[in-house]
Amino acid sequence: MTPAELSAWRDRARQAMAFRNAPGKAAGPLPDGTEKELLICAGGACISSGEPSVEDALVRALAKAGLDDRMRIVPTGCMGACSLGPLVRVLPDDVLYVNLAPEDATAIVEEHLVGGTPVERLLYRPEEGADPIPHPADMPFFAQQEKIVLSNCGLMSAERIDEYVGRDGYQALAKALTQMTPEMVIEEMTASGLRGRGGAGFPAGRKWQMLADAPGDEKYCICNADEGDPGAFMDRSVLEGDPHRIVEAMTLAAYATGARKGYVYVRAEYPLAIRRLQLAIQEARQGGLLGRDILGSGLTFGIEIRVGAGAFVCGEETALMASVLGQRGQPQPRPPYPTQSGLYGQPTMINNVETLANVPPIVLRGSDWFTGIGTEGSPGTKVFALAGKVNLTGLVEVPMGTRLRDLVETIGGGVPDGLAFKAAQTGGPSGGCIPAAHLDIALDFDSLQAVGSIMGSGGLIVMDETSCMVDVARFFMDFCVEESCGKCPPCRVGTREMHGLLTSICEGTATDETIGQLESLAEVVQSSSLCGLGMTAPNPVLSTLRHFRDEYEAHVTDRTCPAGVCRNLLTFTIDYDLCRGCRLCQRHCPTDTIFRINGEKKYRIEQAGCIHCGTCYEVCPFGAVKRE
Amino acid sequence: MPHANQPTGDVSRALVDLNPPELAKFQQLEAACEYFDQSDEALIQILHRAQELFGYLRDDVIRFLADRLRMPLSRVFGVVTFYSFFSTVPKGRYIIMVCTGTACYVRGADKVLEAFQKELGIAVGQTTVDGMFSLTTARCIGACGLAPVAMIGDDVHSALTPDKVKQVLQDYR
Repeated sequence: MTPAELSAWRDRARQAMAFRNAPGKAAGPLPDGTEKELLICAGGACISSGEPSVEDALVRALAKAGLDDRMRIVPTGCMGACSLGPLVRVLPDDVLYVNLAPEDATAIVEEHLVGGTPVERLLYRPEEGADPIPHPADMPFFAQQEKIVLSNCGLMSAERIDEYVGRDGYQALAKALTQMTPEMVIEEMTASGLRGRGGAGFPAGRKWQMLADAPGDEKYCICNADEGDPGAFMDRSVLEGDPHRIVEAMTLAAYATGARKGYVYVRAEYPLAIRRLQLAIQEARQGGLLGRDILGSGLTFGIEIRVGAGAFVCGEETALMASVLGQRGQPQPRPPYPTQSGLYGQPTMINNVETLANVPPIVLRGSDWFTGIGTEGSPGTKVFALAGKVNLTGLVEVPMGTRLRDLVETIGGGVPDGLAFKAAQTGGPSGGCIPAAHLDIALDFDSLQAVGSIMGSGGLIVMDETSCMVDVARFFMDFCVEESCGKCPPCRVGTREMHGLLTSICEGTATDETIGQLESLAEVVQSSSLCGLGMTAPNPVLSTLRHFRDEYEAHVTDRTCPAGVCRNLLTFTIDYDLCRGCRLCQRHCPTDTIFRINGEKKYRIEQAGCIHCGTCYEVCPFGAVKRE
Repeated sequence: MPHANQPTGDVSRALVDLNPPELAKFQQLEAACEYFDQSDEALIQILHRAQELFGYLRDDVIRFLADRLRMPLSRVFGVVTFYSFFSTVPKGRYIIMVCTGTACYVRGADKVLEAFQKELGIAVGQTTVDGMFSLTTARCIGACGLAPVAMIGDDVHSALTPDKVKQVLQDYR
């Protein structure tokens, strides 16, 4: 394959992608006679929501209507609106159908594809009774987004290299190999200001420069796809929806830095991502885009996949490298840094999936274009996994510096059930909570750090007033206790002790000294742990203490849990006036501590026997059981 | 005691006594070792294959691999016990993995997990007496948009509530 052949291939493939390269704008049948394309989201979430059976039903309905030669179904990567899945997007009309069931297939085919009128009842409505919104571009969820990393996800098949090529795939590689020296590629990366998206935000260009400057011929580059933060799934979506992007980015890194071999370290929990990446590597090899003499330039580069086996600490660079070599994933002290001495003691560079996904667009469109997006200190976009107590959940990509309020209220559609926003948790077990007072904060590396949280990998969990912040801190500490590799005592022992202190606060056995002990222990663990896992493990505690100290104090001093979560601190009583005497609570009470009030058809709870299980509260049909 | 880095051949001789389906599994495992050139770097990848073949990592399987990859038994055990994906005890026909990641937790994963424990009569990490179900938790399976979720075998069940648990299990019984 030569660069000229690749261009010709791109031009051919582009014609077949005309609908998708300009959704809602291109018209007329495609060269092969296709009149309409039905993009069906085959991302992880939609598959779980029943995408396969919807796809089957569509195939059958198309065949029945005799349309299967003129209309084509394309399973794509993640479209992002996970809570609206299964999703089908009809092109060139650009109509999006949401929450589909197999039974809806006939209506789409008969009414829309044959009859020409979109099926109104299957369109998205912001709320019940509101007017439907047929075009994704008009939905606030999509309209506020700007997609660089996810620009191909949801618009193409992840299992066909043709489609990636038709979306300008491998053009950045061709440009670098024919028009740029390795130094120029690194200069472009440095000028773009791209910061590592895995958590720490280290400038990517500088890392590439360090590897390029390292002496020796044997250098490695690794893609870190061990996405371990609970609540983050952008790397999974990129690998499942656009795997060639990572192959191209790693090859660019190899050209720029002199690495001769690449590894992708993927977690075992993502079998589909592993399969699609394997296929992409194979296709790229066959197309002369990977292996020997890539695009006739003389560049040789190969990529191997290494599957993890379930250890959060393996996201840490030195632990990851140990795991790539088949060992226990325990970290090593740094320095030496991987770019000095990594795999086999040779210079090694580790980049996160989302970081790499930014590379081909930067090389192709230039750093000036990239720095025009986002903020000065954090150029570009960030993908957030929006989840928790928010109406629309899923994967969203916004320019750096977007306000948290826009993400939660406009894109996410606000908190459900009329409850109030309490906090947003970012950065997973290494991050912190942002309280409602900071809802207008700009989401970029530096602003988040200023309020005691971090960008992390981009998990963003919205919490409402029913979440107890002490319990949240305990949840994350539980995670760190489980995932501590055990090598250094501050992390191994410290996290366990902190967990014990948090538990005592939640269970009402804490003393006046507990909060102080927790704070000083947090500082010790932070300053003396060996690796990032231990150093950041106290963050959820410190950030909740900073913003929700009164909630901690209520637990310790007043022995109450304001959010009504910590059961030991709750008192259950039956409101005399509301009780109708139905006996439901008495029959369900596991400790038989609910008694009839003498001579009346009313009930009361004998506190001495109550184990605070909350069963009576949940079963009472009249809301007569009070929880305080 | 033979040197740990030399294949002893003991394990290979023991294989002669195996019944045909067992032998076939060991042969497939042998093939996996050869695919990776008996390289110790591939230990985790080969252990994945072994678990796929045998369901869990039995003692004799671990010994076989230590022999084939010419590494001390302690090293193989060290790796097996470090990673949560590997199991040294048999698992049920269906592995139930309740996600306890942050998004699921915020949306009530603890109550869902409780319902599974109650319905199956087992604690996390245990297998039902009939060998049908094993109950485990996961840190995050990346389906946060559908929280709370649980995986049973390869199926993901989304937006679970304690009430739905019984019904979900019914389909597998």
